[in-house]
Amino acid sequence: MANYIPTTPAEVQEMLGAIGVKTIDDLFAEIPPELRLQGDLNIPEGMSEPEMTRKLTRLSQSNETVDDKVCFLGGGAYDHIIPAAIDHLLLRGDFFTAYTPYQPEVSQGTLQCIYEFQSLICGLTGMDQANASMYEGATATVEAINMATAQTRRNRVLVLQTVNPEYRRVINSLNTPLGAEIVSVPFEDGVVDPAKVHEMLNNQVAAVVMQYPNFLGCIEDIEKIAEVAHEAGALAIVVANPIALGLLETPGKLGADIVCGEGQPLGIPLSFGGPYVGFLASKKALLRRMPGRIVGKTTDIDGKIGFVLTLQAREQHIRREKASSNICSNQALMALNATIYLSLMGREGIREVAGQCFQKAHYLKRELAKVDGVTFPFTGSFFHELVVKIPNARKVLGKMAKHGVFAGIPLDNWFANLKDCVLVAVTEKRSKDEIDNYCNLLGGFING
Amino acid sequence: MRFTKEHEWAKLDGNVVTVGITEYAAHQLGDVVFVELPANGSKLTIGKTFGTIESVKTVSDMYAPVSGEVVETNSELEGNPALVNESPMDAGWIVKIKVADSKEYDTLLSEADYKKICE
Amino acid sequence: MAEPLIFDLSKDGCRGFTLPALDVPEVDPADHIPARFLREELPLPSMSELDVVRHFTRLSRLNHSVDIGFYPLGSCTMKYNPKVNENMARLPGFANLHPQQPEESVQGALQMLKTLEESLAEITGMDAITLQPAAGAHGELTGLLIMKAYHRKKGNHKTKIMIPDSGHGTNPASCSMVGYEVVNIKSDPRGGVDIEDLKSKLGPDIAGLMITNPNTLGLFDENIGELAHLVHSVDGLVYYDGANLNAIMGWTRPGDMGFDIVHLNLHKTFSTPHGGGGPGAGPVGVKKHLEAFLPNPRIQFDGKKYRLQTKCRESVGPVLGSLGNFLVLVRAFAYILVNGREGLKNVSAYAVLNANYMMQRLKKTFDLPYDRFCKHEFVLSGKGLARHGVKTLDVAKRLLDFGFHAPTVYFPMIVEESMMIEPTETESKGTLDCFCEAMEMIAREAAENPDNLKNAPTKTPVRRLDEATAARKPDINYFQKPE
Repeated sequence: MANYIPTTPAEVQEMLGAIGVKTIDDLFAEIPPELRLQGDLNIPEGMSEPEMTRKLTRLSQSNETVDDKVCFLGGGAYDHIIPAAIDHLLLRGDFFTAYTPYQPEVSQGTLQCIYEFQSLICGLTGMDQANASMYEGATATVEAINMATAQTRRNRVLVLQTVNPEYRRVINSLNTPLGAEIVSVPFEDGVVDPAKVHEMLNNQVAAVVMQYPNFLGCIEDIEKIAEVAHEAGALAIVVANPIALGLLETPGKLGADIVCGEGQPLGIPLSFGGPYVGFLASKKALLRRMPGRIVGKTTDIDGKIGFVLTLQAREQHIRREKASSNICSNQALMALNATIYLSLMGREGIREVAGQCFQKAHYLKRELAKVDGVTFPFTGSFFHELVVKIPNARKVLGKMAKHGVFAGIPLDNWFANLKDCVLVAVTEKRSKDEIDNYCNLLGGFING
Repeated sequence: MRFTKEHEWAKLDGNVVTVGITEYAAHQLGDVVFVELPANGSKLTIGKTFGTIESVKTVSDMYAPVSGEVVETNSELEGNPALVNESPMDAGWIVKIKVADSKEYDTLLSEADYKKICE
Repeated sequence: MAEPLIFDLSKDGCRGFTLPALDVPEVDPADHIPARFLREELPLPSMSELDVVRHFTRLSRLNHSVDIGFYPLGSCTMKYNPKVNENMARLPGFANLHPQQPEESVQGALQMLKTLEESLAEITGMDAITLQPAAGAHGELTGLLIMKAYHRKKGNHKTKIMIPDSGHGTNPASCSMVGYEVVNIKSDPRGGVDIEDLKSKLGPDIAGLMITNPNTLGLFDENIGELAHLVHSVDGLVYYDGANLNAIMGWTRPGDMGFDIVHLNLHKTFSTPHGGGGPGAGPVGVKKHLEAFLPNPRIQFDGKKYRLQTKCRESVGPVLGSLGNFLVLVRAFAYILVNGREGLKNVSAYAVLNANYMMQRLKKTFDLPYDRFCKHEFVLSGKGLARHGVKTLDVAKRLLDFGFHAPTVYFPMIVEESMMIEPTETESKGTLDCFCEAMEMIAREAAENPDNLKNAPTKTPVRRLDEATAARKPDINYFQKPE
């Protein structure tokens, strides 16, 4: 119905004449008749823009959003405050309707933004180099594992059970076909004992994969685990939450060789899971194992500073079947989103976001401790997410949702031994009133 | 000096063969940006890859012209890979191999035969 | 003057955003987290909101984009990205959903996904679709995992995948990632797959054939039915790289051509913005006999409710941490709704018309190695310019001075000095004519004043960049200067 084709019928005739055919159909003549689609595609007639808008708006309104409710959900995606300026910049056609910067002379905007993104990720993680981004957190972790197995020429990978279970499933799907043997390391009291990792390490282990803070919200002793990994000649891969790194020491200083993770907390809307942005950063020695695009700073023939895609000989379009990864894009626009967010928030802002997350989550814990029936299965340090045990958790969560609160994620989805345990995240976006209301409602449903 | 069809040169001195890539290869590759060198002491097998050489737009494998043990690599290349372009046949050498069987060296191409390949 | 980096624009004490004041009683983090896990330095810039807005606005103006001008990048389908789709992706009821919300709270989102699956299945002639893959290459990987799972289940010992020498670079890289060896198949003089070469390499170890049709030369392979039949005869599967679907929508379908597995690039054919290199979406479609292997969770509708089914015994497992690049999928869905069955067929009709129109004109000036009707794109060779000491790269750079993006150059590799031109259906005849004029003028310049090409571009924000130094002494992190 609406169409985005500018050619007029008169122009069509003129063009067909220039080509030397009578109809557009003639241009499809070499498709054998038996392969031609007979009749029309079985999809509806086109709609006008307002009709489509009405239809999709209605459909969208049948969902309940995190703004209709109050969101205490985390588990890898977090409901943070997003400055309004970001989207105005993302909506500049010069950014979102550009493609991969294949012609650097007319892509300096995209290229410089990626250089800034790479640098920001290095600054946050304490790593020497970062790439232009990956699809999202889980696949970034898959690539980190590929780097480690290639570098060490070993194929066993220890993945702590406290790593996001969705990531662990993706790792199983994508790392095992190439021969990686994934071994999971059990936890106690919400964290993995470094001695347990030490026990499972040997000279076949390529890497230990840990999360910081871990999926259960606890602050894993990544320093000690990296140390035992290194003693066995294995690499330390840390899946990090970038907002937590506003408060927590860099994985780099604590011994990580590769840091990867999900960039969604950096100002990207929750978006029902995507598009997000994965980040991947590493120590210098792993430079040529890095997959994906990397932007470098250089000069043009007049000596003017400029940026280019660099170290391209690592990539699939050159190395073809010898490439270590098949990725041929990055999440440029989402990396830009994260770059603008970090620029707006800045050093003080990110410290404050992280600080408020920490304060509000700890306030929630103190208040929940007063609610009869609520217990905390784990005792260690946490950042902005914690596990809470609630009698009849699923039923209570359902009631909470009906009363306007997405109260947490039931953990028995992934951990059979964590029945009635709920993962609760508190960001800077939650107000004291919302937290108080959470505790009151919960108390009422448990004890009512 | 001998040559291979993979555009490498080899020069025997005592029982050590110095290996590099030819002028022709260096020109074809364009600006060399990185040379992946084998570790000292690693054992190479004739015809098998022992490293890679990267230019801005391409990457190629390097193949051992003879079997043997790596006794030295050109560490200059780590900081200055452009040496391969500037002086492929001399300062831009890549690896020295202690040969296991010197007869292998004799089977390599002569300069005249190699030139025919490049035409 | 070059735009400074955010780090150089930083001024201590500046804030670009103000958070609501902390309204809960404070505790000291040091009492709750061991000191060794608390950081001191945080090397981020400090900027005002206006400084941030100006910095990124200025940077955006250094880019070429579809909104500014013609972008004939072959195989990338740089069509117009309808503005309304941006609004749809920003509807709060789509943008503000947490991926772990209860199913009952996201029924509209699941319905959208299921309907999109059905539409894509119909457009490709496949039986089932997964929307999970985040990009074309990710779709390839997913498709190959499905292929591997199929052979494993049947007890087939397969080790190799056949790929034509005109294939995309991701194809062989994806094969390696699932542990398959690549067998290259030659092209015949018409630009299609050389059937004899394929036959000579066909054997029980062949897991499948991965092919783009029309191929990267923009040519439709009429023998596709026979190729599929041959591969099926050794119980191989035939994989359709959907990068070039914009050529055939509503005219023919991969499913009808005999393909078993298809991936699509929604950021190409279905107009979702490329975003400077991503995000995209790479859904994968399969025929019935492969449905059980699709990644989980699967979206199911029981007549009343949409549910996520995770218990799929034969599934290759999830390939992404979520159901897919959801907001990209919303945009593609909006595009399909607006176009409808007639509109989609027109998309391909006009894409093919535009490409043939340009090809007929430009073949008078440049070499056209395969002179037959093309589909949505065509490949010229710049080898004729060598006599003036000029290369395809110089033509590409000179085009930038005329305000056009360059075509895809030096790909496909089977054409010397190649230029791959894809106009898309959303460009007007006027634009195509202007581009052709520029190409003709550049060809004249090549003969009369080749330095104009060799020194190009001169009108862009920067001129040719030193890529060798960039790679030899990588400066890729502001905080670490190269040695």
